[in-house]
Amino acid sequence: MNQVATLTQVTETPNALAEFLRGLPGVDAVGADQRAASLATRSIKTESKRRAIDLAISMIDLTTLEGADTKGKVKAMCAKARHPDPLNSEVPHVAAVCVYPDLVAIASKELVGSGVAVASVATAFPSGRADLQTKLSDTRFAVSQGATEIDMVIDRGAFLSGDYLKVYSEIVATKSACGDAHLKVILETGELATYDNVRRASWLAMIAGADFIKTSTGKVTPAATLPVTLIMLEAVRDFREQTGRMVGVKAAGGIRTAKDAIKYLVLVNETCGPDWLTPQYFRLGASILLNDLLQQRQKMITGHYSGPDYVTID
Amino acid sequence: MNQSFEYSPAPESRAIVNLATSYGLFIDGKFAQGQDGAPFKTIDPATEEVLAEVWGAGPKDVNRAVTAARKAYNQTWRKTSGRERGKYLYRIARIIQERSRELAVLESLDNGKPIRESRDVDIPLVAAHFFYHAGWADKLDYVGLGSSPSAYGVAAQVIPWNFPLLMLAWKVAPALAAGNTVVLKPAETTPLSALWFAEICQQAELPNGVVNIITGDGATGAALVSHPDVDKVAFTGSTEVGRQIAISIAGTKKSLTLELGGKAANIVFDDAPIDQAVEGIVNGIFFNQGHVCCAGSRLLVQESIADAVIDSLKRRLSTLRLGDPLDKNTDIGAINSAPQLAKIVELAKSGELDGANKWQAPCQIPEKGYWFAPTVFTNVTQSHRIAREEIFGPVLSTLTFRTPSEAVEKANNTPFGLSAGIWTEKGSRILQIASQLKAGVIWANTFNRFDPASPFGGFKESGYGREGGRQGMLGYLRPRGK
Repeated sequence: MNQVATLTQVTETPNALAEFLRGLPGVDAVGADQRAASLATRSIKTESKRRAIDLAISMIDLTTLEGADTKGKVKAMCAKARHPDPLNSEVPHVAAVCVYPDLVAIASKELVGSGVAVASVATAFPSGRADLQTKLSDTRFAVSQGATEIDMVIDRGAFLSGDYLKVYSEIVATKSACGDAHLKVILETGELATYDNVRRASWLAMIAGADFIKTSTGKVTPAATLPVTLIMLEAVRDFREQTGRMVGVKAAGGIRTAKDAIKYLVLVNETCGPDWLTPQYFRLGASILLNDLLQQRQKMITGHYSGPDYVTID
Repeated sequence: MNQSFEYSPAPESRAIVNLATSYGLFIDGKFAQGQDGAPFKTIDPATEEVLAEVWGAGPKDVNRAVTAARKAYNQTWRKTSGRERGKYLYRIARIIQERSRELAVLESLDNGKPIRESRDVDIPLVAAHFFYHAGWADKLDYVGLGSSPSAYGVAAQVIPWNFPLLMLAWKVAPALAAGNTVVLKPAETTPLSALWFAEICQQAELPNGVVNIITGDGATGAALVSHPDVDKVAFTGSTEVGRQIAISIAGTKKSLTLELGGKAANIVFDDAPIDQAVEGIVNGIFFNQGHVCCAGSRLLVQESIADAVIDSLKRRLSTLRLGDPLDKNTDIGAINSAPQLAKIVELAKSGELDGANKWQAPCQIPEKGYWFAPTVFTNVTQSHRIAREEIFGPVLSTLTFRTPSEAVEKANNTPFGLSAGIWTEKGSRILQIASQLKAGVIWANTFNRFDPASPFGGFKESGYGREGGRQGMLGYLRPRGK
């Protein structure tokens, strides 16, 4: 893979990196929106819907990122993550829970042996406004508490001011602070504003060693959108073509219904193909989405909607 | 734990369309059996199942239809104010919207196009054309011909099978808005939606004889355009037939507009937004099975990125879903008829014989019906037949170029001139190239987008006259002093 060497070279100077990122093919916004909208018209029914719902459940990073989070809240969420539907053991567990670093210990204790991973946001989430040492110690702390996945935020200020090398170095440093933990790099696409920037930030994160690229913190509007996720999926697809390495994509924030989740799965399927249709390479960061998926799942089995009291609130 | 994500069948119900076993002609506001000519069958090209029998109008029927249109023009329509005509058009537009699902299913049944396209493109555009032209009906003073321009009288309109109801809308809406009455002949293989439209005219209480629909084959069309009491002829179809029509009406008082074939160049520069360009290429030639006169059938791609673009294109084409047109997930439907399929097969064969490389998307071809897998030819040169003749099917011919001027030269090196596409992120290049292309419609960073406000029509052998917009209205109004 010669290209790996070439891609490392582009990070040697600020200019080389800027030239590389600006040299990526542009994104025509109208065309990207149209493509995403047209894939959203796919009609997923019966058996394919049943399987899509289970797949979506297994891809969820069940998330709580509130100032008001408590041990009790996190314990309850972990129980739900292991057995999303207490009455039906066939429902798969979710991929991971996602919490703030100080609650990682609780979550990892609750999830021992469950197969559910513990993800933690870090690096001064959600704004990323802190010095590098603080960000790294935030990361190390989360890992030491048992987090196996770290969701970091990029420095959007540096990115928008053109200091791509700073963004790159921070990702590299965080990756190294992660040790064995998987690194998800949050681009916060709602603040990057243009699709061209989304493509550049995706490549920047992948070159720096991201295991996943993630759309949003969930704290900024717009969060995940179909076109933004499409562009990120195109980026991971092209990156594998060039380097042979597969990077995952996580769409986070604003995905609330089973119908929405299925649109994302269609997007993955028709952009990257089935290789990415696994929790190892695609995640949905969400909280209330899980209950809609469960209600739809029950409906498909019983033939009628049961109502919100038939799924647990946490 | 890779899972393949197979989509279960998601067929649109055809129960919404009530088909009778046979249909007559719509003349003077009434459906009735033809008086001469003979019945013929229209089939579903996806299954070869007979949908209904329709009447192939003979010369007497044609004469009755033109007489009815003349009478309606003289006695009713020419005395109807623009505002009143507009009301009828608005009413028709609303009924089309209300019945859009039914019309979409019918169109997919008779034509073979995917329901996704008839539902999301054809029928919404049909309604849009009637809404747009309804607005013109009382504003003819602003069309550019001075105050109170006059309609021609009786318009004879012959339309093709690729967008049956949409081509009807392109013809009927401006004709009625301008104050003409109409005799329209739909294509032989797709007569049904025009007959549904006739029923919509009844539902809208359009005065009798203002719109007449006669079904039939080329002979019916020839009888119609050569009828002496016709004032205006509008034809969309092949260049060959267009030429015959031009010859047959030469020296008469009739005014003529023609919208004919094309062999559009879709030009991709090395600074193009590649992912969207690939979508545009797909949409340019595989939309509606390539049964599009303005299809981007010649891909001109800059040599420096040709391999990358072709690889992306093949990957994308491998995701296209060919099959049941009524399945909501179908991307590629059926070829409209056996003769059309034979023509596509013959031209694709010639591509191979001429030495181009053929690649076809992997897809399962259904046992019954007429189908052709999406096909890409590479290593095509200007002298190959597949680079010159209109295939009117899902077949893309790929050529390369080195410089912008070579791209323009190759793009223009065709007897046709209907449309073209330019893909580049550089705005100045779009303007520079567009000004040199000899084509009636030029898309930049998109392809096959239509709007009733935007005039559509050809250069050279792609025809003359425009449809849509202010320019389209001029085709149905008599120039001053004539």
